[in-house]
Amino acid sequence: MNSSSYLSKIAEWFRHMTFWKSVFLVLVAAGLYSTVVRYAFGLGTATHLSDSFPWGLWIGFDVLCGVGLAAGGFVVASAVYVFHLDDYKAIIRPSVLTAFLGYVLVVFALLYDLGRPWNIWYPFVMWNPHSVMFEVAWCVILYTTVLALEFSPMLFERLKLKKAAHAVYNMIVPLVILGVMLSTLHQSSLGSLYLIMPEKMYPLWYSGNLPFLFFASAVAVGPAMVTIESFLSSRAFHREIEMPILSKLGKVTAVALAIYLVLKIEDAINYNLGSYLMTFNMEGMLYWAEIIAGVLLPIGLLLMPKIRESKRGLFYSAVLVMTGFVLNRMNVSITSLERHYAVSYFPSWMEISVTLMIVAIGFGGFAWAAKNLAVFPKEAAAREPAHAESYEVVVVEDEIHLGSEPSLGMGSK
Amino acid sequence: MKRQVGILVDTTQCIGCMACEEACADRWGFPHTDVHELSCEKNTVVQQYGETYVPKLCMHCEEPTCVSVCPVGAFEKTAEGPVVYDESKCMGCRYCMQACPFQIPKYQWNKANPKVMKCDMCFDRQQEGKQPACVEACPVQARVFGYRDELIEEAEKKIKENQSTYVQHIFGTTEIEGTSTMYLAGVDFGKLGFPTNLPKRALPKYTWEIMEKIPDYFIWGSTLMAGFWWLTDRKKKVAAYEEESKRQKTQDEDNENNR
Repeated sequence: MNSSSYLSKIAEWFRHMTFWKSVFLVLVAAGLYSTVVRYAFGLGTATHLSDSFPWGLWIGFDVLCGVGLAAGGFVVASAVYVFHLDDYKAIIRPSVLTAFLGYVLVVFALLYDLGRPWNIWYPFVMWNPHSVMFEVAWCVILYTTVLALEFSPMLFERLKLKKAAHAVYNMIVPLVILGVMLSTLHQSSLGSLYLIMPEKMYPLWYSGNLPFLFFASAVAVGPAMVTIESFLSSRAFHREIEMPILSKLGKVTAVALAIYLVLKIEDAINYNLGSYLMTFNMEGMLYWAEIIAGVLLPIGLLLMPKIRESKRGLFYSAVLVMTGFVLNRMNVSITSLERHYAVSYFPSWMEISVTLMIVAIGFGGFAWAAKNLAVFPKEAAAREPAHAESYEVVVVEDEIHLGSEPSLGMGSK
Repeated sequence: MKRQVGILVDTTQCIGCMACEEACADRWGFPHTDVHELSCEKNTVVQQYGETYVPKLCMHCEEPTCVSVCPVGAFEKTAEGPVVYDESKCMGCRYCMQACPFQIPKYQWNKANPKVMKCDMCFDRQQEGKQPACVEACPVQARVFGYRDELIEEAEKKIKENQSTYVQHIFGTTEIEGTSTMYLAGVDFGKLGFPTNLPKRALPKYTWEIMEKIPDYFIWGSTLMAGFWWLTDRKKKVAAYEEESKRQKTQDEDNENNR
């Protein structure tokens, strides 16, 4: 394709303006404005961060939530390639795609939050193995590379580079194992970041178990995110949803949440949280909101086969898990520290606009990939002949084959 | 190891003349202001709590949190005691600010290329054989510079001999395994803005006990995962083989019957 046809494609994109496209454009425009302000005048002008509240929305949401919500990538990849659970092959591609996009956007968000983003590579040459942040930096960069490789076959197929795609599949098992190790490490380490502040955090959230809590909740929310996006993309792209597989994933979420709940109960006993649990101040309310909406309710719902196996039930359970997860990360990173710092932090509109822009880019990236790459090949052509044109590259002639051959089971032609 | 230095601050002596603030501003090239809050333009301040003036500056912890958390090692606990910051390494993650139990590091929020600011106990002056600027400027010796062990000895003697004047504790001797800046007070330290809920254990130990397990975890974890891969792979192959031989068998039987 030459450049003029790309231009005409872009012109086409603008000519057919839809509601979601205009939302996307508005968010990106606002985000770009804030970007200019942030880099020209510094963090103080663009954000509500201060000496008494140095980490805000960009760390709490963009990084802590972003990394957690992308956990579906390593959960599903390990199920398929390490545990040989072939059923999950049908959702591996969207999971890997989400994870890859998620991590790229986390790094992107860090470029806003770091005071000197051009020094982001320093941890590679200036080591401090005592620092949790040092470990997180290494893991995130290495895992983003792993994800780029896991994702690359989708791109190679599109570019008709079959050999390159095959080369990646030849090393997929060690790659996935490396990915699982790195994920375990940094998902938990995001919790370890807070271990060093026992005297600052509100007791409901400080715990020696923080790394384990962060890991368990990431394993719970990863599959929930895969479910949510399968649901949304099945509506957007008029394709069949992989219900039996997603219901099974629902069970994974329920088990991870149950482990999380046990750890939380352990904390309540070990740290004598009784009186804090019974105090309904802001912290107490937010804590209970997190536990009830994000843990107790979804465990109950997901344990009922009738709900787990219904599209709606599963979707809403997943939304609850995600909401609870986001609430938890915001509570750990913001709520739990406000009392100690004696300030109340609420992000500036520019902080929010950057975050929204990043989310919009995430959605946009997913939509682009789903349209142009073999992410959901099976139904693409079959379901909606009217849309077939835009799916031309993902038309699949052979059935998905789930053989032992090292492929993602979706050879596109 | 070199003998460590420190600063002993006696809050009962401080008269709130702000000479230390002035001297500090001169040494760093900061503007002179009447704002008595630590900031990127104020590395020491004197704050008033009731009747008492409390000079505040970096505590120069024995096991500093900032040194432990900085991903690029921009902070260093020097052999002599002062904790110093190297701006050329900093990438601006601000974990030091988030983690410091005394909220000492401050940030240049309104600069496009910002750095962290904090007291360095005038490390450069010390190497020239001089005292920290604030200590030198103090007209009443509310701040005393010296060897840490000697300062503690002196302070212990002082509080023992003047039991009615002093709280019987030297702040910075037991908290988080000690600090190089230490305090004496006539009223509870909690009433003078000091954190009273600090653990005795050094804070970096809370993360190190997890961090030190990572190499082991990595080796055992990946071995375990490879093991799972091998087991499930074999299970699948065996299942496929059994399927195949079963099919073969039925085929043979069919052939037998047809004959």
